[in-house]
Amino acid sequence: MKELIEKLCTSYGPAGREEQVRAAIAAEVERLGEEHFTDTLGNLVVHKNTSAEKKILVAAHMDEIGLMVTYIEENGFLRFTNLGGIPPGVLWGTRVVFADGLVGVIGQEKIKESSKPDLEQHYIDIGAADREEAQAMVKIGESAVYYAPVYRTGKRLSAKSLDNRIGCVILLETLKRLAGTTLPVEVYFAFTVQEEVGLRGAQTVAYRLKPHYGLAVDVTRVGDTPKPDFKTGVALGKGPTVKIMDSAVICHPGVTKLMQDVAEKNSIPFQLEVLERGGTDAGAIHLSREGVPSGALSVPCRYIHTPAEMVDLEDVENSIALLTELLKSTAW
Amino acid sequence: MLIKELSVIPGVSGDETRVRNFIREKAAGLGLPSHTDSLGNLYVHKEGRKQGNGPGLMLTAHMDEVGLMVSSIEKSGHLRFYKVGGIYEAALISKPVKIGANDLDGVIGAKAIHLQKKEERKKALTVENLYIDIGAKDKEDAEKVVKVGDYVSFYSEASRYEDLIRGKAFDNRAGCAALLEILQRDFPCSFTAVFTVQEEVGIRGAQVAAYRVNPRLALVLETTIAADTPGVKKHEHSTSLGGGPAFTIKDDSVIAHPRLLDRLIQVAEEQQRPYQFRRFGGSFTDAGAICTSGGGVAAAVVSTPCRYIHSPLSMLSLSDWRHLVEIVDGFIRSIDEKGLEI
Repeated sequence: MKELIEKLCTSYGPAGREEQVRAAIAAEVERLGEEHFTDTLGNLVVHKNTSAEKKILVAAHMDEIGLMVTYIEENGFLRFTNLGGIPPGVLWGTRVVFADGLVGVIGQEKIKESSKPDLEQHYIDIGAADREEAQAMVKIGESAVYYAPVYRTGKRLSAKSLDNRIGCVILLETLKRLAGTTLPVEVYFAFTVQEEVGLRGAQTVAYRLKPHYGLAVDVTRVGDTPKPDFKTGVALGKGPTVKIMDSAVICHPGVTKLMQDVAEKNSIPFQLEVLERGGTDAGAIHLSREGVPSGALSVPCRYIHTPAEMVDLEDVENSIALLTELLKSTAW
Repeated sequence: MLIKELSVIPGVSGDETRVRNFIREKAAGLGLPSHTDSLGNLYVHKEGRKQGNGPGLMLTAHMDEVGLMVSSIEKSGHLRFYKVGGIYEAALISKPVKIGANDLDGVIGAKAIHLQKKEERKKALTVENLYIDIGAKDKEDAEKVVKVGDYVSFYSEASRYEDLIRGKAFDNRAGCAALLEILQRDFPCSFTAVFTVQEEVGIRGAQVAAYRVNPRLALVLETTIAADTPGVKKHEHSTSLGGGPAFTIKDDSVIAHPRLLDRLIQVAEEQQRPYQFRRFGGSFTDAGAICTSGGGVAAAVVSTPCRYIHSPLSMLSLSDWRHLVEIVDGFIRSIDEKGLEI
């Protein structure tokens, strides 16, 4: 699993440009001997067990936040817009990488001491001397993502884009563990696109697949650090969360109860999650067609949307265990 | 000129009837059948020379413009109003407006500068400090000609200076005019043109239009912010007048489908026409509702750059608009000739 995390968290895949991470996931799916298809917007779908009565859509988004080049200055610096929620405060000195491996560093204009920087006051420096040189290296419309290594410290793991490559890892590991098992439910595993810019991939994949239930697997904010920004009791190392609500969904009580019942029955630790700001694919899935009862399983994660997101590996293991047991449940 | 004729018609979001009637008559004049749905979108099917279903292409342009709506009538006969769509409130003072189906004249007023306190003068006027004056003696007098819910649109004469034209509602009558221009031409493949409603209040018309048409590919013809003006840094211009039509890479509602965008660029380069990329990554367009419709639709946006959009008077370059029409023309022919796998 460590290799898989390493592979996915160093893959390039900003919203709208998921082809590299999709190829990495497709290779893993094929290695497991499963079939897959890709839809118009680029969602990758694996279909398990086509004979059962109840159909469940399990979604993890594969896109990450990014920066898209909008303008090249005469002196070769790149201006950019955001793909998803880039916090301007973390940009100065951060390195970013483009699809072809080109690396740039983010610089910042002089900013009054009292004011907070905004995105427009930043630029990417790719080492070009002027516009002409820069244009030979990068085009307007190309996107960059954080450039960061994966490292492990004790039970904790830090990387860029754990939001939501760790969700993709959980789906792939679950798929592996379910090999040879006859499930009581029909399952679609969807690796979705464009979640970070508005849950767009999940919207179209849910429409196409018409599931009876939806389940998103994603990361969630924690409140276990000094003076946390979020009012939440969720902490690293205490198990996956059963989401109750976020800005985009109020989870179906039947689904949240089933998740808790299955966790308790199998002695899997879990936490309850109420996320005041933020949404996940369940927000789009539950509003598809005439409505789909949906829930979400989240991995607690620190420093979300920075180059150094952090999760606890026991939480990841317990997430895989909970998802695996959920899909074996006859209570759907 | 089609843009001028379309732009002077009042057509605030939800009140697009007169714009729709104008376009419907033009389409009928070209022998093209059209129909309208319950929200007011106008669908025009354009039959190609070839038999068959065509490439599943939908072209759209929204008909509605930003404006105001009467919210209450004061005892004094002055009208209070809501904003319909995103309007820069500081631009409203002293502007002439047309109210309701009979185009009643009004002017937007505020407390006279002489009577404003020092602090008041420093603040930009907001809707709460503004009212519409129709010259009524009192509420009873006003109620003879106005009712709550009446739409209010800006009133500006359209005029031209060399390549530049000025007028109201170029966002998005310039797009409607371009789509009408396209409908006058002959194409090998069939496609559907949709003139949508209620874009400015939340891309609502496009949502139901995409569901109904169920296209494979969609191209949205729009008008976008040009900010090539004093006090704005170059990378914040978004677009510049005279730089050619603008292709959207992403906004808050859509990431242009990369293969559609590539094809637009290819067509522009083959035609040796200028084009630019919209540098501002925010705001929304009909493409946002279209791309997530059904099982997903490949969508892109091409816009005429326009200064001062969402204000009573906007300004665009006719050559940018003409280049846009030719690129859209070339795009349709390219899709027919080479296809486009998504």
